[in-house]
Amino acid sequence: MVAGKDGAERAELDLVTLIVASADPPPSAAPEQAALLRLCTTPLSVAELSAYLSLPFSAMTVLLTDMLTADLVTARAPIVRQAVADRSLLEAVMHGLQRL
Amino acid sequence: MDFKGSDTIPGPRTEDQLPHTAEAAVKIVIVGGFGVGKTTMVGSVSEIRPLTTEETMTQAGIGVDDNFGSDSKTATTVAMDFGRISITDQLVLYLFGTPGQERFWFLWNGLFEGALGAVVLIDTRRLEVSFDVIGRLEERGVPFVVAVNSFPDAPRYAIADLRAALDLDEEIPIIECDARRRASSRDVLMTLMHFLHSLAMSGALR
Repeated sequence: MVAGKDGAERAELDLVTLIVASADPPPSAAPEQAALLRLCTTPLSVAELSAYLSLPFSAMTVLLTDMLTADLVTARAPIVRQAVADRSLLEAVMHGLQRL
Repeated sequence: MDFKGSDTIPGPRTEDQLPHTAEAAVKIVIVGGFGVGKTTMVGSVSEIRPLTTEETMTQAGIGVDDNFGSDSKTATTVAMDFGRISITDQLVLYLFGTPGQERFWFLWNGLFEGALGAVVLIDTRRLEVSFDVIGRLEERGVPFVVAVNSFPDAPRYAIADLRAALDLDEEIPIIECDARRRASSRDVLMTLMHFLHSLAMSGALR
């Protein structure tokens, strides 16, 4: 678990957690931190960051955990499957697919 | 960490950027044996060119395998291709094409646990690859549908015969598809969504 900015516990980083930069790269930023911050000026999933940065998922989560702690990025947690599925969510996905 | 200089990293094209309003994502996993067409299916419906996330596997996890790495791969790096579909300005769907071997699933946290559901993509020429996948998904309580990728030279079976061969319950949908075609792949995803919806309606989803 990773402590969020508001102090709340966050779920572990998922492949589809959306990451958004919350700061410009500080002068002290490591090259991979600076690269990540440039990539996620708009929301990007952990999976996409892993692909663009050519970093394994495990290395990606280590990097992001540090950056979340340093308030350089924020994380938007995914919606995961629930014991009782959210029907409105399923219907939204169906409508989206119909437009393909 | 082997990290290439940040100047050389191509990010998403402008048209591939998500809007700032994107709040949350959901995922669907497409699982099947090597060469069954997972990446083809991801690519046919994705709004972005499919991307690849890789993970390195420790020696202890490597076993004998006659599918994965059948070409030049050394099987120490496991790759997973994925794509994306924007559902609304707030919601994004990601599709992951995942190797059928369960030992690879642990490399990515919550790959199946958080997924809305899964598509088991099968090739009738190598049906045996699917038995294990289906069993594992059932054990984990991951809802799934079965899609038969219709390769031109693959034998064709009646759905009822496939259901019997795969020992699948009556309620689990089986459909034929052509993973190369967007409309066909979309229909597979719609079949999964209708199945999930029916589970939600009946309260049967664990």
